[in-house]
Amino acid sequence: MTERDDASQSGRRDFLLKAAAVGIGAVTTLVPAGAGLVTLLDPLRHKAKAGTFLRVATLNALPEDGTPRQYPVVSERQDAWNKFPQVRVGAVYLRRTGAKDVQAINVVCPHAGCFVNYQPDQKQYLCPCHNSSFALDGAIKERSSPSPRPLDTMEVKVSDDGGVWVKFENYRAGIHEKVVAS
Amino acid sequence: MSSLLGWLDQRTGYKAIVKHALYENVPGGARWRYVWGSTLTFCLAIQFITGIFLWMAYSPSSQTAWESVYYIQNEMLGGWFLRGLHHYTAQAMNVLLVLHLMQVVIDGAYKAPREINFWFGLGLLLLVMGLSLTGYLLPWDQKGYWATKVATSIAAITPVFGAELQKLIIGGSDYGHHTLTRFFALHAGVLPASIIALLVGHIYLFRRHGLKAKEPRMRPDAAFWPDQVLKDAVACLAVLAAVLFLVIRSRGAELTAPADPSEPYSAARPEWYFLFLFQFLKYFPGGTEIWGAIIIPTVVLLVVFAMPFIGNWKLGHRFNLGLLWSLLAGAGLLTWLAISEDGRNPDYLAGVKAAHFEAERVKELAQSPSGISQLGAVNLLRTDPLTQGPKLFAKNCASCHRFEGHDGMGHTPQDLQSAPDLKGFASRQWLTDLLDPAKVASTNYFGGTKFRDGKMVRFVKKDVAGFSVEEKEQLKKVIAAISAEAGLKSQRAIEQAEATVIAEGRVLAGGDAMRCTECHQFRRQDEDASAPDLTGYGSREWLIAILSDPAHDRFYGKRNDRMPGFGKDQILDAQSIGLLADWLRGDWYVAPDKAAEATTATK
Repeated sequence: MTERDDASQSGRRDFLLKAAAVGIGAVTTLVPAGAGLVTLLDPLRHKAKAGTFLRVATLNALPEDGTPRQYPVVSERQDAWNKFPQVRVGAVYLRRTGAKDVQAINVVCPHAGCFVNYQPDQKQYLCPCHNSSFALDGAIKERSSPSPRPLDTMEVKVSDDGGVWVKFENYRAGIHEKVVAS
Repeated sequence: MSSLLGWLDQRTGYKAIVKHALYENVPGGARWRYVWGSTLTFCLAIQFITGIFLWMAYSPSSQTAWESVYYIQNEMLGGWFLRGLHHYTAQAMNVLLVLHLMQVVIDGAYKAPREINFWFGLGLLLLVMGLSLTGYLLPWDQKGYWATKVATSIAAITPVFGAELQKLIIGGSDYGHHTLTRFFALHAGVLPASIIALLVGHIYLFRRHGLKAKEPRMRPDAAFWPDQVLKDAVACLAVLAAVLFLVIRSRGAELTAPADPSEPYSAARPEWYFLFLFQFLKYFPGGTEIWGAIIIPTVVLLVVFAMPFIGNWKLGHRFNLGLLWSLLAGAGLLTWLAISEDGRNPDYLAGVKAAHFEAERVKELAQSPSGISQLGAVNLLRTDPLTQGPKLFAKNCASCHRFEGHDGMGHTPQDLQSAPDLKGFASRQWLTDLLDPAKVASTNYFGGTKFRDGKMVRFVKKDVAGFSVEEKEQLKKVIAAISAEAGLKSQRAIEQAEATVIAEGRVLAGGDAMRCTECHQFRRQDEDASAPDLTGYGSREWLIAILSDPAHDRFYGKRNDRMPGFGKDQILDAQSIGLLADWLRGDWYVAPDKAAEATTATK
């Protein structure tokens, strides 16, 4: 065996040693990190509950003149490990648009998710965060409004006993299209 | 690439650090006996990584701790694996710490100039034990709750300021939200930060003094990289493999029922690596436990801390070695004693069995449609007839009654049976036996009561015994009808199928031929009725009423035997009476898969 063979052999041995050390080291660290990441990604498996019609108010409680009224929305909710049979999950503005017609507007600003306030004197909704303003029907009032779209309206049904039922949903903020949050 | 690294090196000098780290001299070359420190560092890394991810899903309060751990273990993707990894790596660390300490002492690596590093190591050992202790409580399950209570009660026997110390540790006079927030801050904040500080010092001093070689040296000196690194990596892999084996075998870590200060837990034990201390305490009679819990362990610890000085004497090293080996053997012996005593202790074994049952049951209830309410999961078991019924029966009913021959919990009560066996109460079988001339006067029915020669017994023994074939057929229908009053879950299918039989039976029971209404009232008000009402017999409402007040006119009236009015005399609250009634009726939540199993089994 020549000296060079020796050297190349020990070089190869050295390389294998190093590769094995790095390889095993990587595998051992990947196990806990991988396990943690998998669990961290768990929320991606769950979809938001599909919107269902919820009774929010009665028709007679809404002012005849079409002034919006704010109502809490009560629904069943699964919050991680807890199940709430009846809990407030959001709020809506309800506004009469006819004898038996009601418009429902989600109180969340489509710009960045703040709770918009109704200002009776201006007859408008104003977002307290970035001053987006919306007309009574939810349309964008001023062209300079930062909101990319009007306030989000939801389907409404008025039942025979005068109950106002809203198909309550939340929508993704910050985009032009109205997309249900998943 | 190399210019970028050069730029980085100019500004940080990282190359020198890496070189220093990797080309540390290993006198006598790489050896397996040097791997323990690295495996411990590796375990610590696993604990930091898994711990932080667990932290993202854990909620420390007495209404959410168990619930969030339950959610990690059973609902989150791979949560059981993550939790199991954290749990079993903690156990591995305790073993590796002992191995590391032994190797250091055997190789004499604790002696000058390495004294301070030895103390750092002992400090780390104590901190890791602190992590084990605090971590055990965090799931807020029965096991951790009662085991940790022992530890914090021991803190209270510290002289002078024991009571205050205990109060500070648990954040109040009793266990609650602040016990968890404090333990969690210790477990995830204070202790890990202290460990990092000590570990930095430990590794710095290790590098400063170099590795203490085991003599004689087998080979020439070599660099840490790559030979020793490979050995370390292989050792870490072996540790990980052992941990993974345990994680997968037990599908994560155990989670017993939610902590409940009102429920006994006879299976309360510390983790196995603290069992020797637990056992040690048994040998100290009342008033002297301070010796076993505080004084002796502290003295032993002080001697271990003094080992570097003792080692300077002529026979000091041998003394140290002897001490460590005997401590290890003593701890081993105590652990073995603890385990074998438990193995022979029927109370402990029954406690373990009950703990397994409740752990499974609460999981089933948490996954039921009603889920976990804001009151927390502890309420699931408190309001579960299957869990509470047997306990209530054993405590309140079994001094006279039986349930399938036992006290509901599977034990035979001391008192002789003197009232009916209530297993299957109001079912067709139960009523058929009641109306059997051979059985009506047995202890399972009226035999032990003052009604053993009463009208009912006489009626069954004489009249029923003489029934014609036709009358016997009619009696069967009456039994079906009376039993249907209960609306038992177990008879739902057959009662639906036999609706006409039941309707016929109802007519017969209300008529004169069968003679029921001579004493009982059935579906019609009867002022003269002298025996228990058969209307709604065995229904939830009926059972609650008779449990509450058996001496009511509707039941036994003044002729009531010995049965107390559990509601009227305020022996049990309304909820407990309801739970007993539900349990006797076999009415509790059954998971759909188990219900399916049961039907296939009966088929």
